[in-house]
Amino acid sequence: MAATASANSLTSTFLPRQGVYGSSHQSIQLRTQKFARKAGSGTITAKFELQPPPYPMDALEPHMSSRTFEFHWGKHHRAYVDNLNKQINGTELDGKTLEDLILVTYNKGAPLPAFNNAAQAWNHQFFWESMKPNGGGEPSGELLELINRDFGSYDTFVKEFKAAAATQFGSGWAWLAYKPEEKKLAVVKTPNAENPLVLGYTPLLTIDVWEHAYYLDFQNRRPDYISIFMEKLVSWEAVSSRLKAATA
Amino acid sequence: MALRTIITKRTLAGALGFRQQHRSVQTFSLPDLPYDYGALEPAITGEIMQLHHQKHHQTYITNYNKALEQLHEAITKGDTPTVAKLQSAIKFNGGGHINHSVFWKNLAPVRDGGGEPPKGSLGSAIDIHFGSIEAVIQNMNAEGAALQGSGWVWLGMDKELKRLVIEITSNQDPLVIKGPNLVPLLGIDVWEHAYYLQYKNVKPDYLKNIWKVMNWKYASEVYEKECR
Repeated sequence: MAATASANSLTSTFLPRQGVYGSSHQSIQLRTQKFARKAGSGTITAKFELQPPPYPMDALEPHMSSRTFEFHWGKHHRAYVDNLNKQINGTELDGKTLEDLILVTYNKGAPLPAFNNAAQAWNHQFFWESMKPNGGGEPSGELLELINRDFGSYDTFVKEFKAAAATQFGSGWAWLAYKPEEKKLAVVKTPNAENPLVLGYTPLLTIDVWEHAYYLDFQNRRPDYISIFMEKLVSWEAVSSRLKAATA
Repeated sequence: MALRTIITKRTLAGALGFRQQHRSVQTFSLPDLPYDYGALEPAITGEIMQLHHQKHHQTYITNYNKALEQLHEAITKGDTPTVAKLQSAIKFNGGGHINHSVFWKNLAPVRDGGGEPPKGSLGSAIDIHFGSIEAVIQNMNAEGAALQGSGWVWLGMDKELKRLVIEITSNQDPLVIKGPNLVPLLGIDVWEHAYYLQYKNVKPDYLKNIWKVMNWKYASEVYEKECR
């Protein structure tokens, strides 16, 4: 169990920066790296591991089918993680945290090859954790206060978030994010693999609007998917704890 | 002399149908598919063809018409911020309309020649520029597979340089965005909606199979027309 012991001590240096992660232990698990010794060679290679969503794959039925998870998590997300590991193996990118990888490979808007896989690996984990069985409803507490303050009302926020998700042309994501410099909430939409981390914001909530996220369940009806996401899937607990970490 | 000028101007204006009070905006409509929805099976399912044509392409047209109407109003009012703001919707939806209109034509059922390699001048040009049809297919499929996000892969022709090109465009950017002299000969839609219900995440299988229904006859016609 020497490998485990060294993994634990090594992972403590890679604990996430404050403000980026929810408090659920699942998100911590993704962001720590498992280290494996190559047999015989004595080298340690760092690998990211695909974590399962924090609920069974059929737990979000009928709003998001287990069939969708079979492909979205089992194929798409897995491929991002596997391909990322292949890309960084043996390079100077090897050993960095996922967040550092994203920022380094974003390269101020001229992204390097590993950016897509790194960002998408992060985005998808963040997405699973943004949802929960019997989700939806409305936020409360400090989160609701800030939403009311920065958007005028919860309904206005929902309208803005839905519009961002519906008008992200092509593939991408819509986000509720916290802007640490202005200390304000904002709705942001990003293309392809980009996320608010590269803008210096703290993500709080996301919806994946790549077609693979909704095509099996909703086909072309992206607006219906977005509505169901808001009404039945959002985990306001996750959003609240992310906000708490961001404003602590 | 002055009288003659006035008459000429009026006649010209009349001939162009220019009415000073209101200029109507041309609206676009969904072109018919030149074949049944199921005619491209098993390469592309009828379910996909129907959704792709009736929902996706129609939506681009609907939103293009809407954006043009809004643009017309903004121009009339001299509302420059709105004119600027509408550009992305026009490029996206207008591009979507252009691209899909070409796409339906550059596919054909097998019984109508889908998949048959080009003969004539396009076939020769391909051999000269790329070495072989297989090289074109390999190149385009590699580009299509590597494209991250949504977009198109094109075999095009530069009508100025009289040269064949393989290009990708992102989202619904038409090929002309990559070069004002580029004319599309064949396009492959690599948006996920083009293949997901059938091929799921296995985009390379879609790219392999679509060549079985590729309408090289159409590509040859366009090529020959542009060469004249």
